[in-house]
Amino acid sequence: MIPKEIIAILPYSKPFLFVDDIESINEDGVTGSFTFNPELEFYKGHFKDHPITPGVILTETMAQIGLVSLGIFLLSAEEQTFKGHVAMTSTNVEFLRPVFPGEKVTIISEKIYFRFNKLKCKVMMQNQAGDKVCYGELAGMFIKNANG
Amino acid sequence: MSNEEIIHKLKPIITTYAPASAALENLNEESDFIKDLNINSANLVDIILDVEEAFGITIDNTSMEKMLTVKASIEVIKEKLSEK
Repeated sequence: MIPKEIIAILPYSKPFLFVDDIESINEDGVTGSFTFNPELEFYKGHFKDHPITPGVILTETMAQIGLVSLGIFLLSAEEQTFKGHVAMTSTNVEFLRPVFPGEKVTIISEKIYFRFNKLKCKVMMQNQAGDKVCYGELAGMFIKNANG
Repeated sequence: MSNEEIIHKLKPIITTYAPASAALENLNEESDFIKDLNINSANLVDIILDVEEAFGITIDNTSMEKMLTVKASIEVIKEKLSEK
């Protein structure tokens, strides 16, 4: 499955889609990017008069690119497509730098393992200057629909 | 390997992924991973990967789906050990 097809079947839409591009993807990992539109709703409240991208949103962005996009790619290799849903099951992320409205981030994810429909990855986010923003390990389960 | 020996080897693996509880203290053949030990399906995968390593076996999808209790896990482990 090519990156464009993967993005098209991601189970998210605006304002909760945090994937713009997938630059490369293979069975060992994925690299993708997202630009945080300054108009995103949460900037109005995080923080008052001082907008910074919330850590949970950075984690979500890492998960959508590093975990879900890669999982769909891996499963589609077996079954041409992916019908089902995804559940994040664990996160362990360290945050190093803030991400301000309008910044573009790149996510680099390496597969640790994919067994019994659980994908665990080592994921890193960097900003346009190439500085590491956050990193950690994420895992999720891919639950296939009973009727396929 | 006896059932007791298998449980003895399983307990530290399960303890890594299960929240502390009386059911975990009293781990026995009847213990159910999800109902009694509050282990979610993602942690169950990690337990099975650790079981593979600890016992030097490979667990396939069909066997994995059976491993919901300690008793069922012992059966799968014994079966895989006998195939070695």
